[in-house]
Amino acid sequence: MKFKMALVPLLLLGTQTSIAQDQDLASEVAELRALLLEVQQDYESRISELEVRLARAEQVASGARREATEAFEIAEQTAIDQSAGQSAANTFNPALGAVLAGRYADFDSGWEAIPGFQPAGEIGSGEPGFALGEAEINMKANVDNLFFGNLTFAIHDEEGEVEVELEEAWLQTTALPAGFTLLGGRYFSAAGYINEFHRHVDDFADRPLPYQAFYGGQYRVDGLQARWIAPTNLLFELGTELNWGTGFPAGSHAESSPGAYTLFANLGGDVGASNSWQLGFSYVDADVEERGGGHHDEEVAETFSGDSELSIIDFVWKWAPDGNSAVRNFKLQGEYFHRSEDGEFDGIDYDGDQSGWYLQGVWQFMPRWRVGLRHDVVSADNNGLLVGTELEDPGRDSSRTSLMFDWSPSEFSRLRLQYADDRVLDESDQQWMLQYIISVGAHGAHKF
Amino acid sequence: MKQVIALALVALAPATAGSVEIFACEPEWASLISEIAGNDAQVTVATTAFQDPHRLQAKPSLIAAIRDADLVVCTGADLEIGWLPLLLRRGGAPELFMAADHVRKLEVPKVVDRAQGDVHPQGNPHIHLDPRNVRRIADALAEKLASLDAANADDYRRRLGDFQDRWLAAMDEWDERGLRLAGLELASHHRSFSYLANWLDLDIVATLESKPGIPPSGAQLASLLEKLSPRPPVGVIRTPYENEKPSLWLSERLSIPAIRLPYTVGGNPEVVDLFALFDETLTILEEYGQ
Repeated sequence: MKFKMALVPLLLLGTQTSIAQDQDLASEVAELRALLLEVQQDYESRISELEVRLARAEQVASGARREATEAFEIAEQTAIDQSAGQSAANTFNPALGAVLAGRYADFDSGWEAIPGFQPAGEIGSGEPGFALGEAEINMKANVDNLFFGNLTFAIHDEEGEVEVELEEAWLQTTALPAGFTLLGGRYFSAAGYINEFHRHVDDFADRPLPYQAFYGGQYRVDGLQARWIAPTNLLFELGTELNWGTGFPAGSHAESSPGAYTLFANLGGDVGASNSWQLGFSYVDADVEERGGGHHDEEVAETFSGDSELSIIDFVWKWAPDGNSAVRNFKLQGEYFHRSEDGEFDGIDYDGDQSGWYLQGVWQFMPRWRVGLRHDVVSADNNGLLVGTELEDPGRDSSRTSLMFDWSPSEFSRLRLQYADDRVLDESDQQWMLQYIISVGAHGAHKF
Repeated sequence: MKQVIALALVALAPATAGSVEIFACEPEWASLISEIAGNDAQVTVATTAFQDPHRLQAKPSLIAAIRDADLVVCTGADLEIGWLPLLLRRGGAPELFMAADHVRKLEVPKVVDRAQGDVHPQGNPHIHLDPRNVRRIADALAEKLASLDAANADDYRRRLGDFQDRWLAAMDEWDERGLRLAGLELASHHRSFSYLANWLDLDIVATLESKPGIPPSGAQLASLLEKLSPRPPVGVIRTPYENEKPSLWLSERLSIPAIRLPYTVGGNPEVVDLFALFDETLTILEEYGQ
């Protein structure tokens, strides 16, 4: 036991030394650990610092790439925008166009009135020699999302005096649903195929005789028009007009009710790719009060009051190979007018019927060159009591045959030579006309 | 009660299938619409490859066709200025999509003067003969359709994605084929192929029209013949709708071929869509290429 007791301190000593060694080791380990931790921390912080830098670099790089892409897109868009046209204060100016025309005419007698018809408007063969035609100034534009507006002045020389006439001033709806269109103001009536066209787009140097006899050249309306297009593949269009105007053929009318109304219908479509056609019916009913003859400025001598009913059938057929009119094309058109008037003329009871028609074909045989032939006729069957007045029965028809030849260097200019065998009066007249028509400014659209 | 009204509204609403009515001015856009809209749209196309889009008239059949159009897709840049404005005034205010607004135009004139012919102030409008333009226009058109017909927006975007995948693959092939055509010297009737030439790096050495839109006169052709005689181009290209006579006259005298390229969908019997248009155009040019 003693031995045992002596061993204990030894052991204790032993353990004491080993404890001391252990303690050293432990502290070293701890130190190492701390060091390791420190190193680790150091690395970690450096790594995270590097990571941050990398991320930043990546960000910069991708930013640069994105910026480059953006810059490219902006450059491209700018190019697109610039090539799409620049914006300026006058961007919204209306489309402005002017038409100038003139002619040289050679004939013997000429005429100012058609026998058996009240002369009106600007009709007749005019004077021989050089004459300026009407100059026309036109402005048009979309007013807003609902309306389109159009204004046309006609300027002409009337025996040395310059006259400015308000030819058209109308606005039209552009956004009505279900195929409806409303138009109001001063406009060319839709009754008759060529009535809606400006004269400078006519295929001949003068209007066909029925237009001169029944409309005084052109039927201009102060009023309202409504049109409806049916939801069909063929064009089927119905329309009506109310006219408060004072012009021919209605005469002076300044009451609250309209002096004339119009009904019209158009049917049209294609036959294959090469043919297009349109057929129209119109009816004009005018309640006429003291409609005078002569130019609208001149003093009225003989007047008509009563009821006037005019019916028109018109057709046009256009052909072009594969529907491509650039090289060759052909247009055939004709209209038939019939009018019945009942009332009082120059204080005499009057019940008369007049009719007229024309048929014309225009052939473009090569680019820029066209040739056309037209025959037009009017005849009057008034009653026998009107001997000595403008409406005295002529006992014969008035007719013409015209041949025209024109050259259009571009869409904007045209030179035309026209020959007419004119039998409006008793004696036949050989008429030659050389005409020029140019248009400048906005590019007009072509009505069918 | 509300349910009844909702049901009634559903019954009154037009059917969604093929509900969008689209009026396309040119066949290339009709073809692109059918790629993107599939059966969701009904398309009427105003012109064929044989009709000059500059010179159409607002004929009765077109007035009837535009009446119910929800969307009008045209080239723009004044190409259709001679007839489209009249039609638009008769339609029910359709949405407009003008393809030329979405690409960069070439040949934008510095001076706009009709003495220079029928110039287009906004630049050359024959934009569709560069497949990169078609890509851009397809994107914009799909967005237009998606906004117009929101119910089918996903369909439009899906078909666009599908179209663009096929188009990109086709473009890789065309680009490769095009490399062999670079520098090919050609005379052209009108500036109808400027975008094609720009893409393929073709060299249009002369146009038969000395001024755009004005038919060449005999004297102008004679002076062109003189100018080109020392080094004739490989051929004279024209569209199906352009007058063949000046091309034939010049090709005969220079002993070079007069080449009618399809120009748009339908220009050749083989050209049934936009893919075939570029395939066929390249095939024809390759016959004459190096």
